[in-house]
Amino acid sequence: MAVRPATIAVPARAHPTFAPWTAVARFVRKKPLGAAGGALMLLMLVTALFADILQTHDPIATNAAYTLGRPNLEHLLGTDHLGRDIYSRIVHGARVSLVVGVASTLLGSVLGGIVGLLSGYVGGKTDLITQRVLDILQGLPLLVLALVMSAALGPSVQNVVIAISIPIVPRAARVIRASVLSIREMQYIEAARSLGVQHLRIAFRHILPNTIGPFIVLCTAQLGSAILVEATLSYLGLGVPEPYPSWGRMLSVSAAEYAQKAPHLVLFPGLAISLAVFASNLLGDALRDTLDPRLRGS
Amino acid sequence: MKTYIVQRLAIALLTLLGMSIVIFALLRLAPGDIVDILFSTAGYISDSEKQAIMKELGIDRPYVVQYLDWLHQIVTGDLGKSYRYDLPAWEVIRPLVPVTLELAALSMIFAVLMGVPTGVVSAVRQDTALDYALRVFSLAGLSMPAFWLGMVIILGLVSWFAWIPPITYVSPAKDLKLHAIQFLLPALAVGYRSSALIMRITRSSLLEVMREDYIRTAWAKGQTGRIVIWRHALKNALLPVVTVIGIEFAFLIGGLVVTETVFNLPGVARFLVQAILWRDYPVVQNLVMFTAIVVILSNLIVDMLYGVLDPRVRYGG
Repeated sequence: MAVRPATIAVPARAHPTFAPWTAVARFVRKKPLGAAGGALMLLMLVTALFADILQTHDPIATNAAYTLGRPNLEHLLGTDHLGRDIYSRIVHGARVSLVVGVASTLLGSVLGGIVGLLSGYVGGKTDLITQRVLDILQGLPLLVLALVMSAALGPSVQNVVIAISIPIVPRAARVIRASVLSIREMQYIEAARSLGVQHLRIAFRHILPNTIGPFIVLCTAQLGSAILVEATLSYLGLGVPEPYPSWGRMLSVSAAEYAQKAPHLVLFPGLAISLAVFASNLLGDALRDTLDPRLRGS
Repeated sequence: MKTYIVQRLAIALLTLLGMSIVIFALLRLAPGDIVDILFSTAGYISDSEKQAIMKELGIDRPYVVQYLDWLHQIVTGDLGKSYRYDLPAWEVIRPLVPVTLELAALSMIFAVLMGVPTGVVSAVRQDTALDYALRVFSLAGLSMPAFWLGMVIILGLVSWFAWIPPITYVSPAKDLKLHAIQFLLPALAVGYRSSALIMRITRSSLLEVMREDYIRTAWAKGQTGRIVIWRHALKNALLPVVTVIGIEFAFLIGGLVVTETVFNLPGVARFLVQAILWRDYPVVQNLVMFTAIVVILSNLIVDMLYGVLDPRVRYGG
């Protein structure tokens, strides 16, 4: 008996093209607060990129003739105890904050992501031991761990990034592992395995791309806390060393001493930190609601 | 029940052992040691003298020996000698403990008192202007650095009320009122941040519970909103809240480090920073280990509380 091919209706375009602008517009409409956070982050990025153009003074040039100056047209946000222009320092501080924040978040999340991917995919004893080790790392308070690490490694931008990234590793590993565990059981993975695809290839080619949603959510959520930890370390004198202007160090002991005479010394850098962390928290919350419905509201 | 507790304790002990290895290793990554730091202030000292000091401090021995020695000390309750102060570590730490404990307890009370009610209100009035305002308020708490908040509080007091908070520590025996004020302000700064997390988890967990059938039944029976929410819903919604409060304890310690520095309170957390800068191994080691023990203990207590709060979790698994 001859088999006659059946005629079936197929949609003209099986895969509608992904339109990023529509997605962005939708996000703005649905999550106005998250979009506001995103806009603020964008502003911070632009500030960091064009700090050299946006500055009105050299951020590290001191001016003995004009110390603790009140905000005026010449010095938009006043000057500090060494006569350095606070506005220019904050503009450059955005660069330090963003570079350290993004670098440590990415480093921690990627390391943790790989650990979580392998631990979740391999399972069994490996998974169990990995989880216990992560428990140990996660049990120590984030700041205490970062503090000890950055003190142990010594002051440099690189070491601060490493110190902040290590506490992120267990958190990232947890999130990615949870999502790997559910993807691992899916049929297309079984199909890939039955085709004889190598384990590593399955893990990195077939599972990893599907964890991108939780990964983005994780990164945005951690970015805020990374910026905060950087500011705290710098405040305590264990963070980004001179001469880089860091928001946290602008608030350190020397600023506190002059706080009463010149409140702007304390107010503006703190506002910058708060705003940056606030923005990334807003964006993170909204992204989580949009990309990862399972975590909604938590 | 008994096996469950034994099991949990065994895991907790293993975790602590692992933590001790991590802490010990981290501190040995340091490029300099106490001898170098002491020398940099004292000027040049000959190599033989340096060797003698290292020998006296016991840091010339192999790391494994140093580590085992430390473990032995922890178990026997002897915390070693502080390099910097030339005193037993415990004697240096002991007077600082009550300050930190008092501050931690006050902050936690603030956090719960602020976090739970705002979370409930926010959940009940979901998606109203009030809900948005409370959520922004709590997110702001998560975003502001605790040390900055502390500085702004002090600044506000000075410029608006022309009142300078006591710069040195006032003991409760000397002046109770001043002591209370001295602690309430930093507790507020630390508690605000923790309250934000508690508020968020209360809100989301209450929202989830409110959707359940038994709550609909309660409404259908014609019970007033207050009873449904506070008696029926909140009871079940508090479970995740308790977990967060337990975890929060770890974060709290981080917050205390800077707040004690800003408010100049002679607590353990502020001392930790100084000890780290001095690379005073015995003190740092023991303080971080102490933190780890507190964290593990609070997690353990939370696990036990689960069984009390939720009959479904009667230590079956």
